[in-house]
Amino acid sequence: MAEEVKLFGMWASPFSRRVELALKLKGIPYEYIEEDLSNKSPSLLKYNPIHKKVPLLVHKEKPLAESLVILEYLDETWTNNPILPQDPYERAMARFWAKFIDEKLLPTAAKVSHSTGKEQEQGVEEVHQQLKILENELKGKEFFAGQSIGYLDIVAHVLFWFYSAGEASGVQALTTEKFPIISEWIEKLIKIEAVNECRIPKEKHHDLIRLRRESLKSASK
Amino acid sequence: MADELVLLDFWPSPFGMRVRIALAEKGIKHEYREEDLRNKSALLLQMNPVHKKIPVLIHNGKPVCESLIQVQYIDEVWHDQAPLLPSDPYQRAIARFWADFVDKKIYDHGTKIWRTKGEEQEAGKKEFIECLKLLEGELGDKPYFGGENFGFLDVVLVPFYSWFHAYEKCGNFSIEAECPKLIAWAKRCLQKESVSKSLPDQEKVYGFVLQLKKVFGIE
Repeated sequence: MAEEVKLFGMWASPFSRRVELALKLKGIPYEYIEEDLSNKSPSLLKYNPIHKKVPLLVHKEKPLAESLVILEYLDETWTNNPILPQDPYERAMARFWAKFIDEKLLPTAAKVSHSTGKEQEQGVEEVHQQLKILENELKGKEFFAGQSIGYLDIVAHVLFWFYSAGEASGVQALTTEKFPIISEWIEKLIKIEAVNECRIPKEKHHDLIRLRRESLKSASK
Repeated sequence: MADELVLLDFWPSPFGMRVRIALAEKGIKHEYREEDLRNKSALLLQMNPVHKKIPVLIHNGKPVCESLIQVQYIDEVWHDQAPLLPSDPYQRAIARFWADFVDKKIYDHGTKIWRTKGEEQEAGKKEFIECLKLLEGELGDKPYFGGENFGFLDVVLVPFYSWFHAYEKCGNFSIEAECPKLIAWAKRCLQKESVSKSLPDQEKVYGFVLQLKKVFGIE
């Protein structure tokens, strides 16, 4: 029953998109509600009063926030097509790298998208270092999770957006030359139907980044 | 074959304390190694090359980093003794949500209290208390965050209690006056041996914070 699961999300949020991807991969029917983050709905504020953010999952009227928490909940509640590894050590490693992506890589990548000049240069250097570390985890594997797509691939799939962000900000941090293994992994990812369905519209993404760059530029004047 | 477990830690770290408590709750034998953070050991740098931080849990030579991940790992491997996470998926998710909240808020706001002065310090105090009050709301009338039994979120939060005295002295305020229920909860936790043996003395932590303030040039 689709009404059982509701996802409050935003099309350009990597955190929201990864939950959508997990829902699709596990074949969980859901109702999607697009949030305007400049005008948050009363439902969102009611269900997520602490952070007031998306994504927000509501399952049988019970709300859950924070994308990584939601992913684990989905995996434990719908046990078909498991996304987390069974082995505790493998699980710990998957969680470690997910945290690395969320706490280090994504903030640095956002800096690159939204800055210029020296600040952007510094950001690119940092992203390169972080991507190098992450790429190591892919060596000798089809996907981060092994033979098929799993938790860490779902968390990391936002890397594909780096290309589009690079086009909008004028700087490509993720190139095939520098990161052949990650690039190959992205090629594999986008062949998966569920991943393709979660791709963000490029032009819309470009517009959004350009808008943010403009507003940050005028804010700093 | 016996399990070999080494914990690389630093005595005032609330993150390290979480792991100490989890290991003690489950009665897991391990070797505790104190790190000098100004002179990190080769083992630490080798086992946590990405962050170079403690705590690091080394299980049969394989490192696990990040305290929330370590506590969950311990709970999953030694799942027969003293389970920390609830069995219901939704309750587990709620526990993880609040653990994430503690990590995002408590440490940073607390640090502002001893590390800054004036307006910034006042803001830190205010936010810190607001977060504690939210946690008090989550605790409700339960003896522990885990319900009748001491659980994951209790392990995650109680280490910060050892820093409360330092925060209070530096910020010149009383946490108990604002959050009596939380203080009562913390004292209840301290009655457990796993907690009392894992948390350092509050005066010792305050002395450490005074040293840090000297190093950072804060009066």
